[in-house]
Amino acid sequence: MVTLKLDGLGAKYGSALTVADVTTPELKGGEMTAVIGPNAAGKSTLFKRIAELMKGPGTIHLDGARAEQKEAIRYMPQDTSANAVLTVYESVLLAAKQGQGWRVQDHELTYIDHLLASLQISDLAFRNLGELSGGQRQLVSIAQALVRNPEVLMMDEPTSALDLYRQVEVLGYMHALARQKNMIVLIALHDLNHALRYCANTLVIADGRLVAAGPSAEVITPELLRTVYKVDARIEACSRGEKHIIIDRSAA
Amino acid sequence: MSVQGTLADKTGRGLYRDLVLKRILVLCGLLTALAVSLSLDLSLGPARYPLDEVLSALFFPGSAELQTRVVIWDIRMPIALMAISVGGCLALAGAQMQTILANPLASPFTLGISAAAGFGAALGLVTGVAIFPAAVQYMVPINAFIMAMAASLFIYAFSTFRGVTVQTIVLLGIALVFTFNALLSLLEYLASEQALAAVVFWTMGSLTKATWTKVFATFAVLLVCIPFFARHSWALTALRLGDDKAASFGVNIRSLRLKTLIGVSLLAAIPVSFVGTIGFVGLVGPHIARMLVGEDQRVFLPAAVLCGALMLSATSVVSKMLLPGAILPIGVITALVGVPFFFALIFADRRNSW
Repeated sequence: MVTLKLDGLGAKYGSALTVADVTTPELKGGEMTAVIGPNAAGKSTLFKRIAELMKGPGTIHLDGARAEQKEAIRYMPQDTSANAVLTVYESVLLAAKQGQGWRVQDHELTYIDHLLASLQISDLAFRNLGELSGGQRQLVSIAQALVRNPEVLMMDEPTSALDLYRQVEVLGYMHALARQKNMIVLIALHDLNHALRYCANTLVIADGRLVAAGPSAEVITPELLRTVYKVDARIEACSRGEKHIIIDRSAA
Repeated sequence: MSVQGTLADKTGRGLYRDLVLKRILVLCGLLTALAVSLSLDLSLGPARYPLDEVLSALFFPGSAELQTRVVIWDIRMPIALMAISVGGCLALAGAQMQTILANPLASPFTLGISAAAGFGAALGLVTGVAIFPAAVQYMVPINAFIMAMAASLFIYAFSTFRGVTVQTIVLLGIALVFTFNALLSLLEYLASEQALAAVVFWTMGSLTKATWTKVFATFAVLLVCIPFFARHSWALTALRLGDDKAASFGVNIRSLRLKTLIGVSLLAAIPVSFVGTIGFVGLVGPHIARMLVGEDQRVFLPAAVLCGALMLSATSVVSKMLLPGAILPIGVITALVGVPFFFALIFADRRNSW
């Protein structure tokens, strides 16, 4: 079982700590964890720190079969429009081949075929990146992140450019994939209803600190929404008994 | 969207292999075109030799007439090879500058490297000041080289500061261009008529002063830089997806960018110091390569070198055919011949241009 636990983690930008003292409960493979918080709260910074793209104090305890390998933890940054003259297929291959030799093996290509098919983007494989819509680029980014088979995958707002159908599809897919591959998926979200529905746990970041952590249904409360997001909201069960957030107004 | 996925669509692998094969064929085509261009370049001149005579002088120098052998091997060959090596160096420098600076306008000119070299050369031609006094006979190229490397190292040092972005590096480069051009104008203003003519001629760029030593030196830079870039080809390609993405793939962006900048400086400084300012190839060569083979550095890198080499070599051929007997500055011809060609390419294939 893959487990991840952060202990007193902080991230340094220059000499200032922009994220500090993040200590989480143990996160388990097979589960999705939402990372929520207002804009500029430090969600992306925390992800970069966990991926060791930034320096800072604290420790990351990763326990898993490939925990020693650098690619065990993968960070999928927010989408930026790329204008490179590369096809989707090449861009995914590129992610797979970093740090390796020039030669491309058949099984590597077969895996990419499989990955693109499971994300339903096989028909885009030989389009140039510049021709894709925002949503299509997000799906390509997901393929680029998955191609290395990470044990921990951190996704920075992967659904931000997707229409409703794609949001539900991608989140459902990641939820099932996490379970199937026994992978820990950390996912930065703005839509808290998605967090309630798809994520077992939720971490709340505000001003670079972890202000709450635990099972999503316990963490996301009207009180939290008032203090962290500054909105008055109710959390009510729908006709099927699932919890939904209803925003009333911004809090005075 | 199922986790199992459908393996029904297996065509991706095959299509990818086809794509790679197509690109290798493009590289072979470029190589063939280069060989043809080189042969034509050797056959044309004040004395025209038929191609078969050129080829026999090339492959069986012993059996050729002495005069033919001297003209082809000692007079035309260094110039023809210089066109190829300089074109290759400049296009490769431009390609990697465009890659690491994420800017389609980047070329050895953008960062002020050519302008610095021009100022260094003019300093020697006008004031007779040798920055490196031991080798006075090579004063002009050595001055040019030292100034070009100084400009590069300045940019290198600047780019190691915290918080310096790609955009600031480009802005600094443009500032350097203006600074060195102003200094060059100042020197021209103060220069004697004779020195002024020499400076103007130098800044136009010319291959006529090619020697075997210079040819070997420029090829040597290529031979050093190509394996280095080749080793980092996946990482360099990843840079084109943006810094965040490349970093998330595990690329050490900072170190890669700095190392590449050093290679690029050498690639730009050495040819410029030998042949003067030859513009356009460094900017356009990579764009043509990109349109032909895309940006996978495993093919983009050789394609850029070949495109640059072919551009300069073909220019040399065209200028000899248009104005037989006259040797025009190659830098001027490259731009005049290349611009319409480049426009035609962009309009024909906007999808695959930057």
